[in-house]
Amino acid sequence: MESQWLDGLALGLHIPDGFLTTPVALAWWVLTVVAIAVAVRRTGSELDERQVPLMGVMAAFIFAAQMLNFPVLGGTSGHLLGGALAALLLGPWSGVLVMAVVVGLQALLFQDGGLLAMGANIFNMGVATALVGYGAGMPLLRLFGGRSWGLAIVGFVVAWLSVMVAALLTSVQLVLSGVPAAVAFPPMLFVHTFIGIGEGLITFAAIAFIIATRPDLVKSLAGVVSPAGLERRAGGGLIGGVTVVGLLFAVGAALASPLASGDPDGLERVAEDQGFLGRASDAPYAILPDYTIPGIDGSISTILSGVIGVALVFVLIYGITQAVRARRGDAPNA
Amino acid sequence: MSLTSSTLERYVDRISPVHALDARVKVLMTLGYILTLAFLPNGEWAALAGLAGLLWWGVWQARIGLGLVLRRAFVALPFALVAVSLVFARPGAPLFDLTIGPWQLTASDAGLIAFISVVIKSWLSVQAALMLIATTQVVDVFLALRAFRLPTVLVAVMAFAYRYLFVLIDEASRMLRARECRSAAHHGRRGGGSIGWRAAVVGQMVGTLFLRSYERSERIYVAMLSRGYRGEVRTLDTQPLDSRDRGTLIGVLATLALIIYAALVW
Amino acid sequence: MSESIPRPALAVHGLRHVYPDGTVALSTIDLTVAAGEKVALVGPNGAGKSTLLLHLNGVLRATAGQVAVAGTLVGERTLAEIRARVGMVFQDPDDQLFSPTVFDDVAFGPLHMGYPRDEVTRRVAAALEQVGMAGFERRMPHHLSLGQRKRVAIATVLSMDPAILALDEPSAGLDPRARRSLVTLLQQLPQAMLVSTHDMRLVRDVFPRMVVLSGGMIVADAPSATLLADAALLDSYGLEAP
Ligand SMILES: Nc1ncnc2c1ncn2[C@@H]1O[C@H](COP(=O)(O)OP(=O)(O)OP(=O)(O)O)[C@@H](O)[C@H]1O
Ligand SMILES: [Mg+2]
Repeated sequence: MESQWLDGLALGLHIPDGFLTTPVALAWWVLTVVAIAVAVRRTGSELDERQVPLMGVMAAFIFAAQMLNFPVLGGTSGHLLGGALAALLLGPWSGVLVMAVVVGLQALLFQDGGLLAMGANIFNMGVATALVGYGAGMPLLRLFGGRSWGLAIVGFVVAWLSVMVAALLTSVQLVLSGVPAAVAFPPMLFVHTFIGIGEGLITFAAIAFIIATRPDLVKSLAGVVSPAGLERRAGGGLIGGVTVVGLLFAVGAALASPLASGDPDGLERVAEDQGFLGRASDAPYAILPDYTIPGIDGSISTILSGVIGVALVFVLIYGITQAVRARRGDAPNA
Repeated sequence: MSLTSSTLERYVDRISPVHALDARVKVLMTLGYILTLAFLPNGEWAALAGLAGLLWWGVWQARIGLGLVLRRAFVALPFALVAVSLVFARPGAPLFDLTIGPWQLTASDAGLIAFISVVIKSWLSVQAALMLIATTQVVDVFLALRAFRLPTVLVAVMAFAYRYLFVLIDEASRMLRARECRSAAHHGRRGGGSIGWRAAVVGQMVGTLFLRSYERSERIYVAMLSRGYRGEVRTLDTQPLDSRDRGTLIGVLATLALIIYAALVW
Repeated sequence: MSESIPRPALAVHGLRHVYPDGTVALSTIDLTVAAGEKVALVGPNGAGKSTLLLHLNGVLRATAGQVAVAGTLVGERTLAEIRARVGMVFQDPDDQLFSPTVFDDVAFGPLHMGYPRDEVTRRVAAALEQVGMAGFERRMPHHLSLGQRKRVAIATVLSMDPAILALDEPSAGLDPRARRSLVTLLQQLPQAMLVSTHDMRLVRDVFPRMVVLSGGMIVADAPSATLLADAALLDSYGLEAP
C-alpha cells in the first residue's frame, strides 16, 4: 500500500478527474480520438485478422509488465510505462491501440486516472509514447544500419524520451488547467528524468533478450531490423524523426533554462510567452473562453457555450468513428 | 497499481435496483456526473453537496457500503499535492504568507477555494467511477461501448486484454516471487547488485513475459480459427432499453442539469 | 466440393506433414474412425499427436495425403464446414477460452456459424448443461478451477454440434476428482472422438480402441485392452500400464 502511494507520486502520470479543466480535458479527448481513429484504420488495413488477439494479449502483457518493478532508492521503484516498447515491438499504430486499451482499462478497472481525463492520459501515455518511440526510434536505428543490437540501444534512448514527453505533456495540461508552471514542470521533469532511465534500462534489456531468443519475432513484428523494413520507410520518415528528436531536445532546453535561474516567475513568463499558460484564473468551465454569446447574459451564455462545446466534441467523435466504420466496412452482426 | 479490483468484483453480483440497470444507462450517468462536476465553477458548495448527496444516495441504493467507496476513492489523493499550488497561484484576497527558501508565497482565498473544490471534485469523480464498476459487469461495459458505436476492433481488443490481464498478471507475480526467493544476501555484504543489473533482470522478465504472451496469442488465434473465426468479430446485438432504464437515465440527467443550472444562475 | 467416400467420422489417407523448418512430424498416417467411435491417441512426447489433431480441422495443411471428416475432404473451400464438424479442444484451457465470460466463449462458435440470437442462446445452454456447467454463464474463465475450465472448453465445441471431437491431452493437470468427472463426461458424449493423452487410466476407462504413434508413424492400432496388456509394447514406447 505504502509503496503504491510512492509509485503514484513518482509516476504521477495518471491524471485523475478534477485536475484538468473541462476545455483542456475535452481538447485532448479530441486529439486522442483522432489518433485512435487513425490507428484503427491503419492496423485494420495493414495487418491481418491475427491482430485482434495479438493486440489484446499484448495490452494485457503491457499491463502485467508494468507490475514488474525493481527497487531504486528510498522505497521508490523503477518500472515500465511500456509505450515505446510496444511501438518498437508491434509498430506505431498497433502500439497506440494497445496502449490506449491499457490506459483505458486502468481507469475503468482500477480508477488509475479519470474518465474525463482519459483523453489526456491516453494521449500522454499511449499516443505520444508510442509515436515518439517509433518516430524517433526509426531514424536512430538507421544510424546503426539496422543491426539488431542497435535496436536495443535505440530502445533505451527512445524509452527515456517517451517518458519525458509523457511527463512534459502532463505538465502542459496541468498548467493549462491553472497549476502554476513553476509547480508543474520542474518536479515532473526532474523526477521523470530518473524514471525514464529505469524505463530505458528495462526496455533495452527486454529488447536485447527478445532479439537473443526469438530474432524472427522482432523482424516479423515491426519490420525494423530487416533491411527491407529499413529501406521502405527511408526518406520522409527520417526527416520527420530527426525533426521530432530535435524538437524534443529544444523544448527540453527551453524549459530547463529558466529552471536553472531558479526564478519561478521567469518560468511562468516563458510559459506565457510560448502560449502554454491558459487563463489560469478564468472560469474553468468556459469551454469557449472569451466567447460569450451576444444578447444573452453572462452565466446563461456560459452554460450554452459549454453545451455547444460538448456537443461539438461528441459530433466530432461520432463523425470520425462513423467514417472509420464506413471505410472498414464493419457490418453489424448476426 | 492496485490489484484490488477483486474486492469490487464481490459487489458486482449483488442484487439491487442499481445493479439491475442497463450498463449503457450506468455508463451515461457516470459520464454525465463527471462532466457535471467538471462544469461546476469552484466554490459552489451547495451544488457539490447536492452532487455528493445524489451519488451517495445511489451508493446506498446499490447496497455496496459507503465506507468502502469513500476509502477507495482516496486513490487520487497523491495528485492533490499538485493542486496545493493553486492556493498560492490564484489572485485574490491574501490569507497568509509562506516562505520556503528563496520563495515568498502568498495564499489567497480564491486559491484556497479552488484547491478545495478541485480535491472534492476529484474525490467525487473517483467515487462515481467506482460506483459504475462495483455495480456493472465489465463485459457489460464493453457491450455498452459497442452500443455507443466504438469501433468493433477496439472493443474486441479490450475484451481480449481484460480476459488475459489476470492470466498474465499471475505469470508476472510468479516471476516476481521466484526472484524474491532467490534474492538472498550474504551477511555483512551489500546484496541486490547495481541498479543497472536489477533493471536488466526486470528487462529479461519483461522479455520473457512478452515471448510467452506472443506465443499465447498465436495459440489463441488457432483456437479461434478452429471455431470459425474469419477475421470478423461477432457478438450478439444488444437489446433496447426498457422503460425503467430510460426513466432513470432521464431523471438522473435532468437532476444533474438542474444542479448545474442552479449553480450557474443563482 | 463434397467428394464422397463412405462416411466414417474421420478418414485419414497417407497423411504426411513436414514443418517449415524441415522436421518431418508425420510420415504416412492412415487412420479411420467410425461414427461414434472413441479412439485414444498415445505416444511419447514429440510423436506427432498434436500435429495430427491440427490436421483434422485444417489449421495445419497436409504436405501429402488427405483428411476427410464425415465424408468432406479438408481443403481451402471446405474449411468453414470442416471447422463446424470438428470440435477441437486444446490442452491449455486458457488458450481455448479467450472470451471474458463463459457465455461469450461458448457462443463464439455458433455466432460464427451465423445462427440467430435464440438459436445461439439455446445451444450455449444445452452445451453447458451437457458438461455440467449450467449456471456459470456470467463467470470469468479466470475465476474457474482448472477442471471447470476444461469442461467449459469442451462445451465451447459442443455448442457447434460437431461430428467428431479432437481433444489434446484433456486430463493433464487435473486432480483425481476433476479427472473422474472428465471420464464420466467423455463416456457420456455421443460423438466420435480422437483424444491424445499420456493418461493410460483414461484410455482404459473411456477408449475401447487405442492408436500408438511414434516418430510420426502409427506403430500399433488395436483394442485398448489388448495393447494395455502388452507390457513389452508399452515399454518400448515409454508408456506405462495403468
Ligand atoms: N511449429 C513447429 N515447427 C517445427 N517443428 C515442430 C513444430 N511443432 C512441432 N514440431 C515438431 O514436430 C514433432 C511432433 O510434434 P507434436 O507437437 O505433434 O508432438 P506430440 O506428440 O503432440 O508431443 P507431446 O506429447 O509433447 O505433446 C516434434 O518433433 C516437434 O518438435
Ligand atoms: Mg502435443
